[in-house]
Amino acid sequence: MGRAAGARGAGVSAVIEFSLRHHFAGGATLAIDFTAPAGATALFGPSGAGKSSVVAVIAGLMQAQAARVIVNGVVLTDTARRIHVPTEKRRLGLVFQDAKLFPHMKVRDNLRYGLRRAPVAEIGFDDVVELLGIAALLDRRPHTLSGGERQRVAIGRALLAQPRLLLMDEPLASLDAARKAEILPYLARLKQALALPIVYVTHALDEVFAIADTLVLIEDGHMRASGPLGELTARGDVALAARDDAGAVLEARVAEHHPARQLSLLRAGPLALWVPLVAGNLGARLRVRIPAREIILATEAPVGISLHNILPVLVVAITEDAARHTAMVELGSGEARLLARITPDAVARLGLRPGSAVLALVKSMSVDVLA
Amino acid sequence: MALGLPVAVVLAWVLARGRFPGRAALDAVVHLPMVLPPVVVGWLLLLLLGVRGPVGSWLNDWFGVRLVFTTEGAAIACAAMALPLMVRAVRLSIEAIDPGLEQAARTLGAGRLDRLLTITLPLALPGVLSGAIVGYVASLGEFGAVITFAANIPGETQTLPLAIYAALQTPDGEATAAKLALVSILLAVAGLAAAEWAGRRARAALGYRP
Repeated sequence: MGRAAGARGAGVSAVIEFSLRHHFAGGATLAIDFTAPAGATALFGPSGAGKSSVVAVIAGLMQAQAARVIVNGVVLTDTARRIHVPTEKRRLGLVFQDAKLFPHMKVRDNLRYGLRRAPVAEIGFDDVVELLGIAALLDRRPHTLSGGERQRVAIGRALLAQPRLLLMDEPLASLDAARKAEILPYLARLKQALALPIVYVTHALDEVFAIADTLVLIEDGHMRASGPLGELTARGDVALAARDDAGAVLEARVAEHHPARQLSLLRAGPLALWVPLVAGNLGARLRVRIPAREIILATEAPVGISLHNILPVLVVAITEDAARHTAMVELGSGEARLLARITPDAVARLGLRPGSAVLALVKSMSVDVLA
Repeated sequence: MALGLPVAVVLAWVLARGRFPGRAALDAVVHLPMVLPPVVVGWLLLLLLGVRGPVGSWLNDWFGVRLVFTTEGAAIACAAMALPLMVRAVRLSIEAIDPGLEQAARTLGAGRLDRLLTITLPLALPGVLSGAIVGYVASLGEFGAVITFAANIPGETQTLPLAIYAALQTPDGEATAAKLALVSILLAVAGLAAAEWAGRRARAALGYRP
């Protein structure tokens, strides 16, 4: 591996510091530590990996044998110092997988439940209603709402409790793809409109790509790696890289539109990416994802080719997976990172090693524009 | 009944959601009147709350309250008998509530009592109502515990079945007994209808399809 998992992001700017050690009677063990800066932190891993225990410990609903939870400098749990702030005094907005709306109250009263009990009122009722598009639902009863509407109300209710941190435990897992697509843009808007740290638990990568700034990979009760989304998705030595859909996520800006050529030019750090014409004003931020198996590496620029994107990069690291007969090549240019999946034979033929300068060839059609 | 219901609700809540040593013992004590002969319950009350009983003598010395052979005593005997019925109804409806709703209320800043009053009780309302009505109807029919603990004093400790029984013991009392029996039937039917109606209303408000 060579890189200490979790070493990144542990600066003074940490908004969340989390540490957990717990042995269950059945033999399972949890050993999860991470720190996260402002923004949205996704806990990603398979079901039963221990993600929900992390949420329960942060919320104070589970008493672990050893745990430390610090949010924005406020110590919520510290077993070493016998500190355990009760859940109702933590001021954390928790959104559950099923909305858990109170069935005997109208939407309006559900929304106000936490607001009435909050010591401050910085996040306004009307703002939240507008942000989540639930003005038309206020006088309805929860059982008359669709799954997606219910989840939006649940998010609003959590926000109005004026939380220090928004905790979302698989909030979209029980929704079908259409409902999910309906809610994801609201989550992205919410993240931008409110300077609120978010911890987002999921086992769906599309949600990670749409929301997360920081990614924490959890497996078998252990934290495997954590870091900024762009860095972690470009690493060849984590479980993500073994997936068929592995690929780096890049933060980009719209640099140019060329309607006549039906192309747009995006810039991600020093990399320039041509993609089929996208919506969005010049300067608008977007996320793109380049699947690792779509990248071709070359030592000389090809000629007479339909390809638009010939990106000069350096090899950062190479991870060979003998069992799968593949090599994951992490590439970098400035801050930007890419991940390429090629054969070990190609690595040998091109003589690639960390530090080698190569050209990454990316079809414009292969760049997924996320949002 | 008015006496027993708050007690029943608190007991039901404690038994449904509480985790403490002695919970099983409390559960057993609450349910005892259902399985014991009512006369035994009345006699136990007499031992406990009688003027010479441990609690009764204390009440008598400190407050001058005497429960034996009084209307209050009859009410207590009825409450003790109806308690398990009420606790059962309320407890079942509390246990049917998704604990996630109470957790959600917790994360929204609601303390224990706050949660009980704003989430648990309103959602258990169908059970509380039917518990109250069942308890009321059962109290009207109480015989053994009342006659043992509070005797049979017309206008004071006489329940309907006691009055019917007394009427049947007198010559020409059959007409009175029949009238009282009719009252008894009407009350029972009205009680059951009210319980059904209240349950329906409450369930509709919560959005359950009948």
